[in-house]
Amino acid sequence: MSPTSAALTTAADTHGFLSPTGVEIAFLLVGLVTFGAALVTVTTRQLVHAALWLVATLGGLAVEYLLLTAEFIAWVQVLIYVGSVVVLLLFGLMLTKAPIGRSPDADSGNRWAALTVALAAAATLIWVVVDAFRTTWIDLEGPAAGSTKATGESLFQNWVLPFEGLSVLLLAALVGAIVLSRQAKETAADGPGTGCRSGNRTEAGAPSATGVPAPAATEPGAPSEKESR
Amino acid sequence: MHLAYPAVLSALLFCTGLYGVLARRNAILVLMSVELMLNAVNLNLVAFDVWLSKAAEETLHSGQALTLFTITIAAAEIGIGLAIVLAVYRNRGTSDIDKLRDTAESHDTEGPDHDALTAGQAEKAEATA
Amino acid sequence: MTTTTLAVLVPLLPFLGAAAGLLLGRTAPGFVRPLAVLPTLASLVLAAVVAVRQGGDEAINAATKLTPTGSVPIDLALHIDGFAALVAVLVGVVATCVQIYSTGYLREDPRYPSYAALVSLFTSAMLLVVYSGDLMVLLVGWEIMGICSYFLVGHYWETPEARAASIKAFLVTKLGDVPFLIGLFALATDAGSFRLTKILGTVASGGLDHPTLIALLLLAGVAGKSAQFPLHTWLPDAMAGPTPVSALIHAATMVAAGVYFIARLLPVFEASQAAMIVLAVMAAVTMIGSGLAALAQDDIKRVLAYSTIGQLGYMTGALAVADRGAAVFHLLSHGAFKALLFLAAGVIIHAAGTNSLAAMSRMSHVRNRVPDAYWTMTVALLALAAIPPFSGFFSKESVLGAAEHVATGHAERVPGSVGWIVLVAGLLTALLTAAYAMRLWLLAFRGRGAEAPDHGRQPLTMTVVLWVLAVPSLAVGALAYRVLPDWFDGRDLAPTLTTSVLGTGVALVGGIVTYAAWRHTTAVAARVPLGAVAAHPEGDAAQVEAEAIASHAPVYGTVAYAPDPADPGRLLLGPLHRSAAFGFHLDAVYRALFVRPVQAGASLVRFLDREVVDTYVRGAGALPRWLGIAVRRAQTGNVQTYVSALLAGTVVLAVAAVLVATGA
Repeated sequence: MSPTSAALTTAADTHGFLSPTGVEIAFLLVGLVTFGAALVTVTTRQLVHAALWLVATLGGLAVEYLLLTAEFIAWVQVLIYVGSVVVLLLFGLMLTKAPIGRSPDADSGNRWAALTVALAAAATLIWVVVDAFRTTWIDLEGPAAGSTKATGESLFQNWVLPFEGLSVLLLAALVGAIVLSRQAKETAADGPGTGCRSGNRTEAGAPSATGVPAPAATEPGAPSEKESR
Repeated sequence: MHLAYPAVLSALLFCTGLYGVLARRNAILVLMSVELMLNAVNLNLVAFDVWLSKAAEETLHSGQALTLFTITIAAAEIGIGLAIVLAVYRNRGTSDIDKLRDTAESHDTEGPDHDALTAGQAEKAEATA
Repeated sequence: MTTTTLAVLVPLLPFLGAAAGLLLGRTAPGFVRPLAVLPTLASLVLAAVVAVRQGGDEAINAATKLTPTGSVPIDLALHIDGFAALVAVLVGVVATCVQIYSTGYLREDPRYPSYAALVSLFTSAMLLVVYSGDLMVLLVGWEIMGICSYFLVGHYWETPEARAASIKAFLVTKLGDVPFLIGLFALATDAGSFRLTKILGTVASGGLDHPTLIALLLLAGVAGKSAQFPLHTWLPDAMAGPTPVSALIHAATMVAAGVYFIARLLPVFEASQAAMIVLAVMAAVTMIGSGLAALAQDDIKRVLAYSTIGQLGYMTGALAVADRGAAVFHLLSHGAFKALLFLAAGVIIHAAGTNSLAAMSRMSHVRNRVPDAYWTMTVALLALAAIPPFSGFFSKESVLGAAEHVATGHAERVPGSVGWIVLVAGLLTALLTAAYAMRLWLLAFRGRGAEAPDHGRQPLTMTVVLWVLAVPSLAVGALAYRVLPDWFDGRDLAPTLTTSVLGTGVALVGGIVTYAAWRHTTAVAARVPLGAVAAHPEGDAAQVEAEAIASHAPVYGTVAYAPDPADPGRLLLGPLHRSAAFGFHLDAVYRALFVRPVQAGASLVRFLDREVVDTYVRGAGALPRWLGIAVRRAQTGNVQTYVSALLAGTVVLAVAAVLVATGA
């Protein structure tokens, strides 16, 4: 409600935790769902279910982005994570012949140590974060901070060079993924490998030049290549 | 909205992912947990970007730009990670992390290429953590 | 050259000879014999020149300080009085004779170079002891003699007897040397100097604070070195060494060092009546006990060893009655005839192929095989038995005369009881001495049975030496007792009528009784065949002796004893015979008193070391090992475990950093 720097100091006076706004209630509810889905993801014994619960988690996060007025990020999240990464993970499960149904040994013997570390880290982080930001207030009024226009302007005015660098990184990742997933015998033959690699290079070079949809376009390409082998 | 809500949610998700990375046996589930951790960071970045763009008139939108970069890198990482897991699976017939114990004390009969792969896996796990 | 220079050269020449002999022994074997004999001969000549120049006049004193040594100075000092000059001549004579004799005796011994060098080194050390005017320097020579004795006794180290004997000699003398060293320090502390002249000056002015303690401590060392009761047990066993070594070290010189030491420091002992009484009792027990033991021994050299102990008892007896002139007179004459006895015994052992009197008594014509040894040994035995006019008579009578002088109350500083003890013991020992001398002579030369094996003539070097040594035993005594008082304290050494008649009488009685016993038993000898004859009688003397020593114990059971019913000593001693043969079981007493406790202590220490100390060591090792095992278990190879530990550490560090940053 009160804009600008006054919010920094007076937030605690004006906005109590016991009188939440509607956005806060929505954020809290979606957050609970997200966190619950995340917990199920890391604890379920059915591997495929874990991937599906991951979809729920990522989707919940996309909703949270929307609630934080970062709409472009939210759609990218849905497109890339829900659309491609999870599909990729499911393919991975399939290719490694992961058991369908409950597998008794989904967790390693390291579980209790992991739980301890995770709980300790959570306690520490929450303590520090709450201690630091319990009075900080985000003003969600006014023009959306993460609209496509605002994001695009900042990305192509201020972040062009890192963006281009990132496209090179993606190319390298692509080549690396192909090299790693090739059969060892084909490496020995050496004949068809060069042809494939040059074809991929042209394919990967194009989206990096086109800009924003580059991650979305590249990543579905990679599993399709992998699949074909 | 209080900044504490997204910050706490982000911390909880991060630690959930952390637990998954440490406790899961299947390498692909570990990769999923890594995605959870990355997303927790993303949520943090977005929340702080929204706060700063209003509270401090910060117009670079560095948080959101960085989020996009993170998403991109996460996509690349999942590709490379899956490729490594597949290679390990092809060589070993398993993708269980706790069966890849070539650096353990007192059994050293494995070949050098296996060691190299395991080392790669170890580096990956540490890098993502 | 001045007398001092000559005197310095006397101990130095044999030392250089020993060093050169050790260095050249392997590369130039031809030089070994000249290097052994010539320095010793030269030092004999020089010692004689020193003696003539000194001439019994004022003592020659010379000292040089090498380096400051702290509170009590140590000087390289000479103190040559009449005693020192004459004893040095004796040492030179005996050492030269022994070196010459050894060239023949150890003709084929492969270890002759080191043997000769050690004998030279020993001679040098003895001369150092004789001439030294500083007790620390004297101690150096004293200890070198000890170690040389150890090496020379163990010359036949292939035989277990020699090994055991050398260790025993070393340990027993060290048992006395430790109190000796403490006594020297106490003496030097009281006197403020190690110099003999200063110490004697302090004693003369009554400046000695603890005379009894010092005298008794010194006495322990003297008893060890001079083989007096109760530290005499090493000397009979030391006969496992070569015969020339026995002659030089264990008869004429080293054992005399203890007596000589007391003679030099007699005023210190005189300052304590208790010490004189102890000395007298020690001498008496030694004399009588050794006389009885000598009568029962089977090994010819052990007979002589016990007789050495007895004669040393005479010397300590003379010192107990505060007459060092008589003591050194007896030392000189005894040195000559005992060296002769040993060297002759070596010849006899070579000729007979055995060292056992029992075996010799079943062998005829031994005396025809070795006529030189026969005649010279007869002379020496007569001297030993103190039959006039041989030298032993005069020296022994001077001892008995001095004792009688004290016993009748003519001495002011020594109690009469001491005189009586020495006199009675001396007369009793004279009887025993004559008995065992007679027994030795009869058994060795009057044997009946198979003829002794013929090895041809003995080497000239060995027989000539015997005659050289026979001269002083034969003739010098009567001359000496008139001349020697000029060299010594001036006391009269002439034999008195009473003791002469008494001593000669008992000696004759001892001889005749033994002869009668021998006549009685000799019939038995023929019926009981006995014998331990060396396997290689054609070898050189040293080899024969080594084999004889080695074969004695397997044949008779022990080195000391032979189950010979024809032994006159058995008849004379009766039930005492067996225990006398074993030295009255003093070794068993030592075993119970010292060896067993030390062995028990050693096993206790071993137990403590193995079970207690090692437990700590093993425990100390176990903890790191367990830690290592635990750490190794952490090295599972599971990446997730590693990352868990890493992150746990990170969390801890983060919490710590936050706490520090917030100042909590």
